[in-house]
Amino acid sequence: METQTIISVKEMYKRFPMGKTEFTALENLNLDFAQGEFTGLIGPSGSGKTTLLNILGSLDVPTLGEATVLGKSIGKLNTHEAAMLRRESLGFIFQSYNLLAVHTVFENVEFPLLLLKIPSQERRKMVQEALEWVGLSDKIRSKPPQLSGGQCQRVAIARAMVKKPKLVLADEPTANLDAANSHHILKTMLTLNQELKTTFIFATHDEKVISYLNRKIYLLDGRVDKDEVVTHNK
Amino acid sequence: MKIALKLAWRNLTGAGLRTWLNVLVLSFSFVVIIWLKGIMTGWDHQAKTDMTQWEIGGGQYWHESYDPYDPFTLAGSHAKLPSQLQNAKKAGDLTGLLLTQGAIFPEGRMMSVVIKGLDPGQSILKLPSRKLDTTASAIPAIIGNMMAKHSKLKAGDYVTLRWRNANGTFDATDVLITDIFSSNVPAVDAGQIYIPLATLQEVMLLPDEISLIVLRDKTDGWNEIPGWNYKSKTELTKQVDEMIKTKSAGQTVLYFILLLLAMLAIFDTQVLSIFRRQKEIGTYVALGYTKQQVVGLFTVEGSMHAVLAALLSAAYGLPFLSWQAKAGWTMPVDTSEFGMAIAQTLYPVYSAGLVIGTVLTVTITTAIVSYLPARKIARMNPTDALRGKLQ
Repeated sequence: METQTIISVKEMYKRFPMGKTEFTALENLNLDFAQGEFTGLIGPSGSGKTTLLNILGSLDVPTLGEATVLGKSIGKLNTHEAAMLRRESLGFIFQSYNLLAVHTVFENVEFPLLLLKIPSQERRKMVQEALEWVGLSDKIRSKPPQLSGGQCQRVAIARAMVKKPKLVLADEPTANLDAANSHHILKTMLTLNQELKTTFIFATHDEKVISYLNRKIYLLDGRVDKDEVVTHNK
Repeated sequence: MKIALKLAWRNLTGAGLRTWLNVLVLSFSFVVIIWLKGIMTGWDHQAKTDMTQWEIGGGQYWHESYDPYDPFTLAGSHAKLPSQLQNAKKAGDLTGLLLTQGAIFPEGRMMSVVIKGLDPGQSILKLPSRKLDTTASAIPAIIGNMMAKHSKLKAGDYVTLRWRNANGTFDATDVLITDIFSSNVPAVDAGQIYIPLATLQEVMLLPDEISLIVLRDKTDGWNEIPGWNYKSKTELTKQVDEMIKTKSAGQTVLYFILLLLAMLAIFDTQVLSIFRRQKEIGTYVALGYTKQQVVGLFTVEGSMHAVLAALLSAAYGLPFLSWQAKAGWTMPVDTSEFGMAIAQTLYPVYSAGLVIGTVLTVTITTAIVSYLPARKIARMNPTDALRGKLQ
C-alpha cells in the first residue's frame, strides 16, 4: 500500500538563547513521516526529542530550515493558524497527563470537540466512543484526582483521539506509569493506530514504548543518530 | 464566547470554595455599596424633607433688613404683611413669624435666645404650634429637644423670658414650657424659643408686624415684593445641597475603597491563577485554543465572579435591603449633638439607577481587573507553560 508523507523536516535547526550564547537543540534535521506510522523519537535527556515534538506540534518554530506538517510550514504559521492546525488535526499526550483537574472525565475528553463546535449530541456520542476505546466508560463522571495514573493517561489518550486527528504527538506517555499500565496504554494506542490509521510520534527513552514502535529514530545531541524501521509489531 | 462561558462556568464551579469565597466577598461589596449609598441618599432626602417641613416651607419672604447671620438686624426687621400676600394668607398658604433677640434665665443662668412669634393655628411648618394655643398662668412657649437639654428645661417648667420692645425698653415675664418638640433640624431648635405670634407682637409693641413669611410647599407664583426679599426653596436649601455634595465626595472615596477591596480579591485570584494554572493554560493552547481565547476565558472567569456575586447578593441582599428600607438604621449615638440635620433613624432610599449602576460598575471593573493579569498569558510561551515553568 502506498503511504502518504504527512510530515517533512528539512535541514532544520532549533537554537535557544542561553545567556550571551546559544544552545543548539536540533541540528540539520532531515526526516519524513508517513501516514499511519507508529514512530518513536528515542534518546537521552537533552537529545532534542521534546523540542522536535513541540515543533511538529506547532507549539514552537524552527530557527532555521523547514518543518512541514500536514502541508503547513510550521515556521510560516501565525499563532492563529498554528492554533487551528492543533485544533483540527493534532492530538497531544503528555507525560503528566495535563488533564483539567476540575473537569470530569467526560468534560476533559469533550474539550477538543467543543473547540471544533461539534453539536452536543454528536459530541456526546464521540466522547462515549473515545472512552470505550480506552475502557473508561464507567468513569465518565469522575474527576482526574479520583483516577489512577494509568486511568488519567487513558483519559488523555481519549482526549487526543476523540476528534480522530491525523497525527498524535506523545511526550513520554509512560514515564509516570508502572509496567502493566504502560503496556495497556501502548496496546490501546497501537490498536487505534491500526484501526484509525492515526500517525503516532512518541518522544521516549522507555524500553517498553520502544518495543512497540515500528520506526525508531535515535536522536543524539540534536542530530539523527539512527533511523530504523522495524518490520514486526507486538 | 459560548465555549468560554461554558469552560469558565466549569472552572469556577470546579474550583469550589475558592470561587465561593471570592463570590461572597464581591457580594458583600455589592450589598454594602448599595446599602451605604442608599443610607446616604436617604439621609440627603430626609435632611431636605425635614428642613422643608420644619424650617423653610416652600420658600420665604424676608424683611429687607433681616439677616439671619446678624442678630442686630432683628430689631429693625419687621413690617406688616404686604397687601399682595393677603389672599394667600386667607387661603392658608403662608404664615408669618416675628423674630427678636431675648434671653431666658433657667436655673439662674442667662441664655441668649431668638424669640420667635409663631401663629398657633399655622399648618405650614411641622412645629407643634398648637401647643401655644392654650390658656395658662404664663405665656405658653415651646422649645426643641436640644434647647431643653442645654437649658435643663422640661415641659411644665416656668422660665423667665426677657426682651426689648420696639421702644428699646427691657421687659420680662415668665413663660410656661408647654411642649418640647423633637426635630432633626438644628436651626429650629438650638437657641430658639417659640411663643404665640400675637403675644410677641403685643409685648414688642409691634401689632401685626412680622419678620419673615413662610410659604406653603408646592405652591408657586411668588413674586418680588417691595420691602421684602423673596427666597426660593432652592436658594434656602443651597446649604444642604452643598453639604450633600461634600458628603458625596466622601461617599465616593468609601465606594472606591470597597470596590478596591473586592477587586483586590479578584486580581489576586487572577494573578495566582496565571502562575498556578500555567500547565492548564499550556494545555488549552496545545488543544487548539488561541492566546486571545485563553485571555478571553480568564476574563470571562473573573467577570463571572461578579455575575455570581450579583445573584448571591440578590438572594440575601434584597431581603436585607428591603428590611432596612422599612426598619431603617438607628444611629447608635444621640444625633442631636451632630449639629446637622440627621435623624436618629435613617431610612435608606434605593433607586433602580443605584442598583443597576452598582452592578454594572462592579462587573465592568471586575472584567478589567480580570483582563489585566490575563493579558500576561498572551506573552507566555506555550512550551514553557506546558512545563509549568515560571516566567
